[in-house]
Amino acid sequence: MNARTKEMQVSVWRGTAAGGRYETFAVPEQENQTILDVVTWIQQYADPSLTYRFACRVGMCGSCAMMVNGTPRWTCRTHVKKVVRNGAVRIGPLRNLPVIKDLAADMDPFFDKWTAAEGRHHPGISRADPVQQIAPDNPGRVVANAGIECINCGVCYAACDTVAGNPDYLGPAALQRAWTVLNDVKDTGGQTVLDAVSGTGGCHNCHSIGSCTTCCPNELDPLAAIAGLKRETTRAYLRGRRDA
Amino acid sequence: MLDLRLYLLQRLSALILAPMVLGHIAVMIYAVQGGLTAGEILGRTQGSLFWALFYGNFVFVVAVHAAIGLRVVAHEWLGLRGRGLTALGWGAFWVLLVLGMNAVWAVSVP
Ligand code: SF4
Ligand code: SF4
Ligand code: FES
Repeated sequence: MNARTKEMQVSVWRGTAAGGRYETFAVPEQENQTILDVVTWIQQYADPSLTYRFACRVGMCGSCAMMVNGTPRWTCRTHVKKVVRNGAVRIGPLRNLPVIKDLAADMDPFFDKWTAAEGRHHPGISRADPVQQIAPDNPGRVVANAGIECINCGVCYAACDTVAGNPDYLGPAALQRAWTVLNDVKDTGGQTVLDAVSGTGGCHNCHSIGSCTTCCPNELDPLAAIAGLKRETTRAYLRGRRDA
Repeated sequence: MLDLRLYLLQRLSALILAPMVLGHIAVMIYAVQGGLTAGEILGRTQGSLFWALFYGNFVFVVAVHAAIGLRVVAHEWLGLRGRGLTALGWGAFWVLLVLGMNAVWAVSVP
């Protein structure tokens, strides 16, 4: 290593579900460098036993999210310069999820809630039917489009204090997906989705503080989606009362 | 720990509470500014169906609203759940209701 190369102090969480601690590594600074680059450098040059997860490196797959100085971020598109403080960075596994090892969090609860919120397609026609034509400016389509770019990174889920306090809470990503499905003109889930988000872990637990929207790397707005769900579940409930 | 029903109850109670709180504050300011004595205030509230209904409703809505809020806090901050949580919610409701109604009774009935 060149003597003039500056180094930064990177503390990285090491451990499993049973417990662990932060371990500090001196990592050479580069002109252009992401947090994922730093983690990769540690694994390749300092400690090959470091466990972490990534795939695309370009902000598409959603697998590289970690806590960086206490804030959840997609590490492949987070520049070190943006987050380094006094030459130091602290990197940990995503909050609100069990740790498998080191920086790899167990995403199972996150995706289980996705399923519990009915965040899947409920088809109304079969392949024998002609393809439905949906105009791009159809109002339902426009709302559904707003949430469609979610990459399931779990950043919003890690940012949510309500998930931290109430482990049953479905969380921003799953609820945003439910809202997208509900507004999809091709979806016939309707009441099934509304029922799925109205239980004790449902959308009504959201405190509307908006950490999810602030942290989402794709600039999506789960907070607005959840507000939409609160409105629609209320409307459907009152309508049901009147019709009964 | 809020399902749709509790959520609606809390929003509905807030909707009723908002104007009542303003009314309550207005009454307080009026009573203090006007320099009314406790005796004069009681003279106006005792036997008044209007004040009995106003504050009776106020107390009931506060008990509903506060109990649901405390339930959420107890779950998210203390991890209380299941039967303990239900007991706390109802407990808070009844304590607030009984204490509040006691006060309403004292200023409006005898
Ligand atoms: S706005 Fe709701 S979903 Fe988003 S972080 Fe806050 S509580 Fe969680
Ligand atoms: S809503 Fe945003 S932060 Fe949340 S999982 Fe999707 S892309 Fe990630
Ligand atoms: S590695 Fe795919 S989003 Fe970061």
